[in-house]
Amino acid sequence: MAVDVESQLRELREKVEALRPGPEPKISMIVFSGELDRLLAAMIIATGAVAMGMQAVLFFTFWGTAALRDPGRKASGKDLMGRMFGRMLPKGRNQLKLSKMHMAGMGTAMLKDLMRKKNAPSLDQLFAIAAELGVQVKVCEMSMDLMGFKREEMIDYPSLEYCGVATFLAEARESQIQMFI
Amino acid sequence: MAEHDAVKILDLKGLPCPMPVVKISQQIGTVAVGQVIEVHTTDPGSLADFPAWAKSSGHQIVESRQEPGLIRIFVKRLK
Repeated sequence: MAVDVESQLRELREKVEALRPGPEPKISMIVFSGELDRLLAAMIIATGAVAMGMQAVLFFTFWGTAALRDPGRKASGKDLMGRMFGRMLPKGRNQLKLSKMHMAGMGTAMLKDLMRKKNAPSLDQLFAIAAELGVQVKVCEMSMDLMGFKREEMIDYPSLEYCGVATFLAEARESQIQMFI
Repeated sequence: MAEHDAVKILDLKGLPCPMPVVKISQQIGTVAVGQVIEVHTTDPGSLADFPAWAKSSGHQIVESRQEPGLIRIFVKRLK
């Protein structure tokens, strides 16, 4: 039986091509937690990564999606559960609590005060820097739907994209660093 | 004459992580290849972070020096 060397060669070439990393090293992060300290870490790593010459992609899912709400926007047409979730979950990044030592708001307020005194960038500043640097933000459509969040209540962010797990996996498989925060 | 022939001083005093590496990554393109930027920072993490940044982004740390209350880092653009 004749072996089709050419087609085998083509197949091998395609496999090698697929293994080759993209033009730029990349980091993909799942931002699952909707907590101030964890989101700070995610934003610092993402902005740092771009400074290091990498692409950074953040996937906001589950509790993380609440951090992308714009407190100045209202969405209409929510059902009862959607309204309940909407009221109980933080309305945007500035309402997030610490994962530890929140202490009915005292701990979180103290940390924010400390950050101001130490000149550490706030979430507002980090989002502005991330946007300027081209950090990509993607939002899990299913989480939005579960929590009853509507697109019209989310922040303005360049390249904000609504997607599902396949988009994350496609990015993650060509990233050298993957994180779950 | 400036040390290491630095053509620019980047004042990052008072800025903590991640701002020093974010700022140098934005500023390195403003000088020509082969030229040196002198960075002033008060973030002790920069002593480790600048060499890591340089290694990853393909530039060179000519010298970094801890002085009382100030860290001076000389960064050469290589590409």
